[in-house]
Amino acid sequence: MSEVIVVTSGKGGVGKTTTSAAFATGLAMRGHKTVVVDFDVGLRNLDLIMGCERRVVFDIINVIQGEANLKQALIRDKRVENLSILPASQTRDKDALTQDGVEKILNELREMFDYIVCDSPAGIERGAQLALYFADQAIVVTNPEVSSVRDSDRILGVLASRSQRAEQGRTPVKEQLLLTRYDAGRVERGEMLKVEDVQDILAIPLLGIIPESQSVLSASNQGVPVILEEESTAGKAYSDAVGRFLGEDISHRFMVAEKKGLFSRLFRGAA
Amino acid sequence: MSLLNFFRAKRPAASAAAARDRLQIVLAHERISRDGDDFLPRLQKELLEVIARYVSVDQNKAVVKLDRGDDVSTLEIEIELPMPSAEESRGTRVAL
Repeated sequence: MSEVIVVTSGKGGVGKTTTSAAFATGLAMRGHKTVVVDFDVGLRNLDLIMGCERRVVFDIINVIQGEANLKQALIRDKRVENLSILPASQTRDKDALTQDGVEKILNELREMFDYIVCDSPAGIERGAQLALYFADQAIVVTNPEVSSVRDSDRILGVLASRSQRAEQGRTPVKEQLLLTRYDAGRVERGEMLKVEDVQDILAIPLLGIIPESQSVLSASNQGVPVILEEESTAGKAYSDAVGRFLGEDISHRFMVAEKKGLFSRLFRGAA
Repeated sequence: MSLLNFFRAKRPAASAAAARDRLQIVLAHERISRDGDDFLPRLQKELLEVIARYVSVDQNKAVVKLDRGDDVSTLEIEIELPMPSAEESRGTRVAL
């Protein structure tokens, strides 16, 4: 039975696309047939983060409007088996995304894949609502920062009231929190919201903590999902989160700041 | 202490607690309005209907208030019951 997972947040710039790319890659690396779908029509970016921007021929809107079939639009990842990308349109209007069209595509994808990861656009308008409407599970990406937490709370409200599962009175969408850009040092100094605080406020289970990491930017520069940077803290944290998502019992890491030696303290500014 | 501070980079004040407290308050309010259709008018109408089966009540003398606090929220329902004797103007208040 395939699962539709929406990666959502309300707020922009918190790491939805980074997470979608990393998560889908992680699921595929563990042998699950996975597709990651960009719902951000007009502001396509998943292709860049996945490093397949030069291989985009058709997109999701072409498929909805019958100009291409789904197989033509899907891009197979060259690094990881079992992984495909369905890009968003860069030129079309976001109104081209229709509920019927999305439903038809998702049903077709369900036949072909175990996991369908939907990368939601920011906001709570049509695009974001369509990305979450058919979801079975939601990964709510949140930064430890007031506006992000507030927007996540809002999107949780939308999931609970306007998803198909909610409208049909079925089991609610399973919601999990992914806290990104976490800086344990700043948390210890009382400058940043603690993971416990965010969890307390949003009241959903914690899927993972992704530490603030230089490798996220460098991976995106190169079009490599950060989970493939296996030595980086962010890569490890995403890998843990995928394991937890699949039901493995993995304890949370990166909640405590690394102790710095005298040398790195003295030269903190220079590093 | 001053010597130690001298070697320390100047740090921003600890503000995470303020972030948490402000979020808790604002979200408590937003969740109420999100959950939507304001149920208070309906609650008031239905309560009055039930009470009116047993005693005659003045529809205008019922007050339903919801007060959202940080820790505790209170639902206050105040219905003024007229005294049986007509000349008695002061009512008996029943607080639920």
